[in-house]
Amino acid sequence: MDVIFGVPLPLLLGQLVLGLINGATYAILSLGLAVIFGMLKVINFAHGAQYMLGAFVAWMMASWLGLGFWYALVLAPLVVGAGGIVLERVFLRHLYDKDHLFGLLFTFGFALVAEGVFRYYFGSTGQIYTNPIPGGVRLGFMFLPHYRIFIVVMALVICFGTWFVIERTKLGAYLRAATEDPVLVRAFGINVPLLITLTYGFGVALAALAGVIAAPVQNVSPLMGSHVIITVFAVVVIGGLNSIMGAIVTGFALGVIEGLAKVFIPEMSNTVVFVIMAIVLLLRPAGLFGQEQ
Amino acid sequence: MQPDAELVLQVRDLQAYYGESKALHGVALEIRQGELVTLLGRNGAGKSTTLKCIMGAIPKRYGSVLLQGTEVIAAPSNRIARLGAAWCPEHRGIFSSLSVEENLVLPPVIAPGGMSVEEIYTLFPNLAERRRSQGTRLSGGEQQMLAIGRILRTGSRFLLLDEPTEGLAPVIIQNIGDAIRILKERGYTILLVEQNFHFASSVADRHYVMEDGLIAEHILAADIAGAIDRLHEYLAV
Repeated sequence: MDVIFGVPLPLLLGQLVLGLINGATYAILSLGLAVIFGMLKVINFAHGAQYMLGAFVAWMMASWLGLGFWYALVLAPLVVGAGGIVLERVFLRHLYDKDHLFGLLFTFGFALVAEGVFRYYFGSTGQIYTNPIPGGVRLGFMFLPHYRIFIVVMALVICFGTWFVIERTKLGAYLRAATEDPVLVRAFGINVPLLITLTYGFGVALAALAGVIAAPVQNVSPLMGSHVIITVFAVVVIGGLNSIMGAIVTGFALGVIEGLAKVFIPEMSNTVVFVIMAIVLLLRPAGLFGQEQ
Repeated sequence: MQPDAELVLQVRDLQAYYGESKALHGVALEIRQGELVTLLGRNGAGKSTTLKCIMGAIPKRYGSVLLQGTEVIAAPSNRIARLGAAWCPEHRGIFSSLSVEENLVLPPVIAPGGMSVEEIYTLFPNLAERRRSQGTRLSGGEQQMLAIGRILRTGSRFLLLDEPTEGLAPVIIQNIGDAIRILKERGYTILLVEQNFHFASSVADRHYVMEDGLIAEHILAADIAGAIDRLHEYLAV
C-alpha cells in the first residue's frame, strides 16, 4: 500500500475529501458573514443560529408537511432570509449609527434566544434528516457518498455565483460602491437602505442554505450552529472580513487543512484553525485577502 | 440672468445641524434654468453644507428647498436625485473597488437626454485612456473629471459641483473650466461651490457670498468689478 510521510494514502485522500466537504460549509457561512459585514459593518453573531434555523425549517417541512429536501433547499432559505429581513428592519437598522458593539451584542443575543427556544422544544440530542441522495461511488481508496459530492458542487456553485454577482454585475457595483460611501451612492438615486435590508436577507438566506445542506449529514440540533460558527469566525478573520474571494478560498482551504491535521497531528485538529488565525493576525492583521482600511 | 426662465431651485430659511452645532442659519438662494451660479466664501462658511442639504445628505435640516417646484426638505436623497439634481461632492467620491468605467456608469440614468459614455470621453480624453484602471489610481485632476463626468450620463440637468478645482494644477483647472463652460452652453443649470474666485468669476452669471452659515451678499457678474475689494475681504483667510 502507498504511504506518504508514514500515512497510508487512502487515509490521507479520505481526510482530504472530508476536509473539502467541511470546507464547503465553512465557505458558504463565511461568505455570508463577509457579505453582511461589507454592507452593514455588523459582525453577524446570529449567523450560526440562522444556519441552525435553516436545518430546522428543512426538518419541520419534512416531518410536519411532508415536503422533501429539494423543496426545503429553496423554501427554507427563503423563510429564514425573510426572518432576517424583519430582524434588520425592526432592530438592526437602528444600531448602524451607534457603536459597532451594539450590533454585535444584539445579534449575539438573538442567537442565544433562538438556540434557547429550540433547545426548550426539541432538546439537544438532535433530529435525523434522511439523506435525499443515497448511494455513492467507490474510488478505490474510499467510498464517496453521492450526497457529499453534491455538497461540494453545490457550495462551489453558490460561492462563485455570489462572487460573480458582486464582482461582475451592475448590482454588485452598487453594493461595492455603497460599502465605500453609502451617502454618495444614495445621492445618485439608489435606495441604499433597501439594498442593505436585502443584503442582510441574502446573507441570512446563505446561512440557512448551508444549514439545509448540512441537515442530512449532521444531527439537526439546536447547538449545531454554535459548534460551527466559532471556526467560521476564525475563517473570516484569516481571509479578511471585507473580501468575498478571501472568505470562499479560506473556507475551503481551512476545511482541507483541518482534515489533513486529523491525519498528521490528530491532537491539533481542533485547534489548528485558531493557531493559523493567531499567526495571520500577527503578520497580516487585515487578513490574507483583506485590504487595510 | 434670465428673469423669465423657470426656477430650478428655490431655497428659503435653510438651517442645518451637525449634532448640536448649527452650521446654517437661514440660507436663501435661487437658481433659474440655464444659470451658472457660484457659492463663494471661506472654509467653514457653510457652502458644502448647503449643497449637502439640497441633496438631502444631512439628516438634521429645516426650512424649505423647492426643487423644480417640489418640496424636498424632508425627502430622502435617493428621491432628490430622481427629481434631477446631481451632486459632485468635495471629496470626489471615486470608488476604489470600481474601475474607471464602472465608476462612470455607476449612477443610474434618471431621465433621457444624458451624455453617452463616448461623449464624456470626448469631453475628458484622459479618462478614455484609463478606463480599465482602478478608480482611485487616477491623478487628482483625472478623479475630478471622473466625478463630474459620471453625473453627466444620468440625464440630470441640474449639477451641484463642490470645489471642482480644489488642489489641482493650473492647467487642469483650465481643462475643468472649459468643460464647465461647455456644460453651460449645453443648457445645464449649475450651482458651483468655489474658493478660487478667479476661476469662479471666469464662468459664472452670479455669485452668492456666504459667511457664518448665511448668504452675506449677492453679486451679479456685471457688478463684480465694483465689489472686488469687499470680496477679497470675505475670502481673505
